Amino acid sequence: MQIREMEEAAEVLRISTVKAENCMQCGKCSAACPAGARMDILPHRFVWELMNGRVSLLAKSGTLWQCLSCFACSARCPRGVDPARLIEAVRLTVIRRQGANSINVDELPQVIDENMPQQAIVSALRKYNK
Amino acid sequence: MRKHIAATVDVARVAESVRSIPDVAFATDYRYMCSEGGQTLLRQAVKEHGLSRIVVCACSPRMHEATFRKAAKAAGLNPYLVEIANIREHCSWVHKDKEVGTAKAIALAKAAIAKVRLNTPLTAGESPVVKRALVIGGGIAGLQTALDIAEAGYKVDIIEKSPSIGGKMAQLDKTFPTLDCSACILTPKMVDAAAHENITIHTYSELEKVSGYVGQFEAVIRKKARSVAVDRCSGCGLCMEKCPSKKAASEFDEGLRTRSAIYIPFAQAIPNVPVIDREQCLKFQADKCGLCAKICPAGAIEYGQEDELITNKYGAIVLATGFTTIDPVRFGEFGYLHHKDVITSLEFERLTNAAGPTQGKLVKLSDGKKPKSIVFVSCVGSRDTTERGKSYCSKICCMYTAKHALLVKEKYPDIAVKVFYIDVRTPGKGFDEFQRRAVEEYGVEYIKGMVGKVTEEGGGLAVHASDVAAGTKIVAEADLVVLATAVTPSSDARKLASMLSASIDTDDFYTEAHPKLRPVESPTAGIFLSGVCQGPKDIPETVAQAGAAAVKAIGLLSKDKLLTNPCVAHVNETTCSGCLACEKVCPYGAITADYKQVNSKGLKERRLIAHVNEALCQGCGACSVACPSGAMDLRGFSNKQIMAEVDALC
Amino acid sequence: MVYNYYPGCTLSTKAKKLDIYARAAAKALGFELAELKEWQCCGAVYPLAQDAIGERLAAARSLAAAEDGKLVTLCSACHHVLKRVNADMAANGEICAKVNAYLGEEETYHGQTEVWHYLEILKREIGFDEIARRVKNPLTGRKIGAYYGCLLLRPAGVMQFDDAENPGILEDFIAALGATPIIYDYRNECCGGYLTLTDKQATGEMVGRVIASARQKGVAELITACPLCSYNLEVNALGTEMPVHYFTELLAEALGLKEEETACR
Repeated sequence: MQIREMEEAAEVLRISTVKAENCMQCGKCSAACPAGARMDILPHRFVWELMNGRVSLLAKSGTLWQCLSCFACSARCPRGVDPARLIEAVRLTVIRRQGANSINVDELPQVIDENMPQQAIVSALRKYNK
Repeated sequence: MRKHIAATVDVARVAESVRSIPDVAFATDYRYMCSEGGQTLLRQAVKEHGLSRIVVCACSPRMHEATFRKAAKAAGLNPYLVEIANIREHCSWVHKDKEVGTAKAIALAKAAIAKVRLNTPLTAGESPVVKRALVIGGGIAGLQTALDIAEAGYKVDIIEKSPSIGGKMAQLDKTFPTLDCSACILTPKMVDAAAHENITIHTYSELEKVSGYVGQFEAVIRKKARSVAVDRCSGCGLCMEKCPSKKAASEFDEGLRTRSAIYIPFAQAIPNVPVIDREQCLKFQADKCGLCAKICPAGAIEYGQEDELITNKYGAIVLATGFTTIDPVRFGEFGYLHHKDVITSLEFERLTNAAGPTQGKLVKLSDGKKPKSIVFVSCVGSRDTTERGKSYCSKICCMYTAKHALLVKEKYPDIAVKVFYIDVRTPGKGFDEFQRRAVEEYGVEYIKGMVGKVTEEGGGLAVHASDVAAGTKIVAEADLVVLATAVTPSSDARKLASMLSASIDTDDFYTEAHPKLRPVESPTAGIFLSGVCQGPKDIPETVAQAGAAAVKAIGLLSKDKLLTNPCVAHVNETTCSGCLACEKVCPYGAITADYKQVNSKGLKERRLIAHVNEALCQGCGACSVACPSGAMDLRGFSNKQIMAEVDALC
Repeated sequence: MVYNYYPGCTLSTKAKKLDIYARAAAKALGFELAELKEWQCCGAVYPLAQDAIGERLAAARSLAAAEDGKLVTLCSACHHVLKRVNADMAANGEICAKVNAYLGEEETYHGQTEVWHYLEILKREIGFDEIARRVKNPLTGRKIGAYYGCLLLRPAGVMQFDDAENPGILEDFIAALGATPIIYDYRNECCGGYLTLTDKQATGEMVGRVIASARQKGVAELITACPLCSYNLEVNALGTEMPVHYFTELLAEALGLKEEETACR
């Protein structure tokens, strides 16, 4: 089980193209994150857990669905680590599985109002569903 | 990996396989060739076998060429009849397989044998040493170096680009970890330097041009027009008082207050003579005013002064150009540009200095009120591998931040002080004890975690940070945010490096000749390094290095003559076509051209011929490669020798 | 001057104002936006994973359709996606090769098109000084805050739009129209984006902080280039309100085109 998880972590790192080993756990990403207050695993911790191969823990994390890909973490990281890409890569390992969509499309009409731009709906479906 | 040669090279087999090569009279192996035992072996072999050439298969010639040349000389051989085959760095260190390593070592040995057959005896020339040193930079590093050289009895000139000597140390309030007053320990040094009979100080001056070589540098110094006669000015300060143009930002006070157009940067300045900042002066900008000239009791104002060029010869040059700090505007998330109460550590020094713009009263710049809380942010631009920052640790910030935090708490126990950090780095005598005292005795709150953004909330600032240990985000209230900005070399370091052919790294710090064994010398002979221009360091380290640089310079100046390298280029005048491709590639300006009478295929003709100044030539060989006719050749590395090596290898 | 123009989905429906005023102002300033004959939705978010090839195709098709030259965008999201996919096509060999295999065009596309934001055309091709000269109704006295959001600025290395932490292009634009630009801390912080579908509360808090930060510095109205930012600021802000306009609307107003255009419609 553990070996498989390490392999998964390696795959996540590969598709993210992030050099997570450059991280020195300064926490600047978490400090900069505008959505951090609602994350169960803050970005710097996310990088740490991934470095230690704990993909299954991260796959269950609410952080996946709070990250907005606003790139504040990536832009301010002093080491060129890109936490947003790592979060995205883990999110993809989840939603690429059959039936693992995060948004129930049938319920969408209830949350969409007439002024909501298409951009919002397309973005959300891209980020949360496959 | 750096291992013993014998680990990946069968040295006995190397000796064995070269033994049968024609002309090889003796071949053996020995464990420590560079040791006294190895050299004795070499001397005895010369005697016993009547050797006329020697090849040593060992480490890089950079390490021990001089050692073996000396041994050959002791055995009665010309030292230039020794060749080194580098079977360590070029061979054993890069191979893992002993078979491969041994085969390569044998090949390298054969190449060296092929070359040494063609070696000719060479004699080093001599060049005199000018007994005077030039120190560039008048901060604590330059002053200490100059004082030490002067004390040894040699003349020293200091050039300092700003109007006064003193440098960054003059701006500081207290020094860690003993908390002595910076000015109190610096000022006597400044006075000593100014009063020393062997020291000449050129302030408001810059290096314009340098030519020559070790022992024989010629420097042109641009003494910028001060617009005030130094010999007549009494330093009364009346001109500064009356000057109507008072809007320039004071460089010395980090822009926290303004100064007049005619100014002395600080009270203890040396010389205590003002300069006119022509950009700010109404006389120069609009041909109005002229008040200072009218009121100067000594008649010392000279608007007509022009820059003066001084040319001098020096035996040694010491670089002591110091540092500046990274522009915090590059890190906009800290809000330096838009919030007055976000300041740099150097600004904080001025703000807490009794001679500073607030007489040492700690206030917010926004409203002049006392802050209730202060946040210090470490590593602003340091340990930052992105294009915004510097990848290195600036080394001094952890300690000066601890000093700032402690001093605030000592003077104002009611102010809440937080320090955000990545790691606290305090190696140094009494350093860690000092930082812990700030925490344990003074109640400074250290939080491991960086700051992601500084915003204005209500009347004060909100510092959005991480608490990495707790795994949470926190927002710290602050009335004042102090940024520990990265140390960076002075902005003209690169320009000076190219002027002096001194090497410089990608961060613009000067590079040492050897990072461990020659840490205060530049790879360029006769150029020495003092202080932060070589890498971040604190005051005691700077002073220690300044002394070391002085000793190296003194060692050079104490010699009457220097031996010159005989491995220099020379021209075959009959085959030189005068195309001067060599002149274009010479990095040392050692090649010139003259019209000369030459015998060419039986005909006498006068034509352009390249000429090598052997004193300037460093023997790099670029010219011999560029020369299309093969007329340019390098002694000790002649074209024939190189080809023989190549033939032996292929 | 005629520029290839990529309007994007939202500008054809919910964010018509962003588009209409941009075209009208362009005409008045002497350039034309020629809509690409065929374009598809950019995907709204840039696919961050190296193996997300399908998600890059739509953007790549539009970029290739612009042929050699400039492709002008308006919506921050479209601009972000197109610019970053274009950078991948130019510099990421693996992505470039795989995308081209899907495009199936005769000639490979490797990022030749230059993606320009409308604001960049205004600044670098027309010039804010020139715009200031053309202003008929200067917006004197109006205290306007620029809301950049995330997508125009980050990552700075690829977007090359402005200093990501100390941007100034929108402030210069506001000043050119005669209004007073006001800088506030949250102008480059996220609006909450697509969380509006899944966590309205979170979006509300985020835009709430943006508006509070702007108000504190005396901002009376905000401008943006992003339909989703605009929506979140207008609809989701918790317990606070602030007028929000597209920057093009303000431009049209200052150039004296707003009434005209409204009348036409």
